[in-house]
Amino acid sequence: MSTDRDRMLATIRAGVSRSVTKDMPKPAPVIPRRGQLQGRALVELFRKQAETASATVAEVARAEDVPAAVAEYLRGRNLPPQIRLAPDPRVEALDWKSQPMLETSRGASDGTDTASVTPVLAGVAETGTLMVHSGAPTPNTLHFLPETHIAVVYADELVGTYEDAWTQLRAKQGGDLSSGAMPRTVSFVTGPSRSADIGKILLMGAHGPKRLHIILVDAKRPTH
Amino acid sequence: MLHPNSNAFTAESTKAIADPQLQEALGVLRTQSIPNRLKAANNLAEFEQLRDRARDLKDHILGHLDQYLLQFEEQVKSSGGQVHWCSDAESARQTILKLCREAGAKTVTKGKTMIGEEIGINDFLAENGIEPVETDLGEYIIQLRHETPSHIIGPALHVTKRQVEETFREHHTDLDAGRSLEEPAALMAEARAKMRHRYFEADVGITGANFLIAETGSTVIVTNEGNGDLTQMLPKMHIALTSIEKVVPTLDDAMTLLRILPRSATGQELSVYVTFSTGPRRQIDPDGPKAFHVVLLDNGRSAYLGGPMQEMLRCIRCGACMDHCPVYHAVGGHAYGWVYPGPIGAILTPALVGVENAKHLPNASSLCGRCESVCPVRIPIPKLLRHWREEEFTRAITPATQRTGLGVWAWFAQRPAMYRLAARWSMRILRWSAGARGRFKSLPLAEGWTRHRDFPAPQGKTFQDQWRARSRR
Ligand code: SF4
Repeated sequence: MSTDRDRMLATIRAGVSRSVTKDMPKPAPVIPRRGQLQGRALVELFRKQAETASATVAEVARAEDVPAAVAEYLRGRNLPPQIRLAPDPRVEALDWKSQPMLETSRGASDGTDTASVTPVLAGVAETGTLMVHSGAPTPNTLHFLPETHIAVVYADELVGTYEDAWTQLRAKQGGDLSSGAMPRTVSFVTGPSRSADIGKILLMGAHGPKRLHIILVDAKRPTH
Repeated sequence: MLHPNSNAFTAESTKAIADPQLQEALGVLRTQSIPNRLKAANNLAEFEQLRDRARDLKDHILGHLDQYLLQFEEQVKSSGGQVHWCSDAESARQTILKLCREAGAKTVTKGKTMIGEEIGINDFLAENGIEPVETDLGEYIIQLRHETPSHIIGPALHVTKRQVEETFREHHTDLDAGRSLEEPAALMAEARAKMRHRYFEADVGITGANFLIAETGSTVIVTNEGNGDLTQMLPKMHIALTSIEKVVPTLDDAMTLLRILPRSATGQELSVYVTFSTGPRRQIDPDGPKAFHVVLLDNGRSAYLGGPMQEMLRCIRCGACMDHCPVYHAVGGHAYGWVYPGPIGAILTPALVGVENAKHLPNASSLCGRCESVCPVRIPIPKLLRHWREEEFTRAITPATQRTGLGVWAWFAQRPAMYRLAARWSMRILRWSAGARGRFKSLPLAEGWTRHRDFPAPQGKTFQDQWRARSRR
């Protein structure tokens, strides 16, 4: 008995064999020059692009400055001083006790948290985009459920293009992303959630975070 | 929506043009959609070059489709998921129902999926006692209004802010009737609050997929709201409902298409969330679905591979062709009578539901070429529309008035001397009767056409006279 799969594959194969594009080679990618930058220029482009996408960006010199920057951001916007931390050393190991006003908890979100603080895999300057992925130290719910998402990006995590970001992930996963080596989800996040579905009026905070705040740390990610 | 109503295009268009709320809503195409795309395109030096590469990439994929789909399937399996090949809508519906029953589903949350519209999944699930809940704001609005999407990117494009307010007041009866919904932000906050617990309640989340990655077995969604991510993350089962032409060889190849899709669709440099999902929750994962299924629909597409319509399968559903189409501007999406409106709809609908069920659509175009000029994968839309017109004519299903008109034209076309003479005289008569403005308010035999627009009187010499004069030079 032939299955749907057999039938579909038979028609597809017949079509492919007559297709004028069956010998067409795969074209080489075009990588925009815009993102091919280094140093300060890279930081500036990232910042400009993220802000254009309605994210806010703060810069700090050292990892030790992050807790104070988080507290200041929440205070400045009159947001509750509560944060849900990703159980990742790049965030969790920071000295949160230095900010006694901040109430911290850690782990995946059940939807009741008002703000999350997470690390990223990469910040992509080309479009001011964050690359985040799911995993034990970086629960996916932290990227989508809280109203405020605060992302910490270290200097060596900043790259120019999407391709560079994939290269970082490939390196982290042992070179190859096939056969289940890809994390369950990888998301490119550019600015806070939005919708223009009500009368084509663009509004922030549809279903995901209403605010995306990025803290750029001018230092290499801490090694643990 | 499953049954095409495309043969009612003429009647539906007349209604659409006379609908002031719809006309108000359609205004944004000119004031926002067109300028936003243009700005984004101009902002990226390599945009045109990327369009060429995207076209070539899609051509390459279509010429190797069997290979890439098999690779995709193998990769989904090795990351713990399953692919279900479904040759038609019925097979896809039954597969989804079976999966939902396996999950013991009472409610299903849904991200935006045009394939879901194509197979009529919402009505089917509801008939079988499973409640489908649309989570995309636009889809949610039209689900409450019992309407279908009128645009592939902005499904509620036809609804004004005032109408959203009316709809929410009518349906959210548990809320204070005296609340203010004057601010659009209040409407959005209300929808967000209404939807929150539904994500957690759902047993299954169904999303579409913009791309499928053969290299890794990932499905890719592109959204601005974050609803798609919550839909696939929180329930215990994720079903990605998609079609065969969406496969892409590698992650890096997907970026070529992702550099042109949002710019063409909404004028954004990148949509807010582009998520690659691969398999179910891993052992160490603290969140995510326990089961991952891909429903891969054909529904007639594969028959067009290797034929004169293959190029339509390059479409990445950005919506730019409808945003720029003067016919779509005038009548909106519903008049097209099936799932996909606008220029690409006029090509896909006859292909997927039969030319005889969509006979007006290939004619619902002046072949002005704006669609082709903005299509990110350079689909020659006017050429493909002409193909359907010819097919209709040979199969004698062209609407009657056009048949007579074309018959008269054909008689003259086969008699060049008569044609030249007739054309010269027609031009003189037309010019004379158009008066000083050089435009007709109405034309005999074309009243339907001139009711909503003027017809310019021909100027100068006939085409043939000009051609001959130029060749002599
Ligand atoms: S035909 Fe081209 S312009 Fe129209 S939706 Fe498809 S990709 Fe976009």
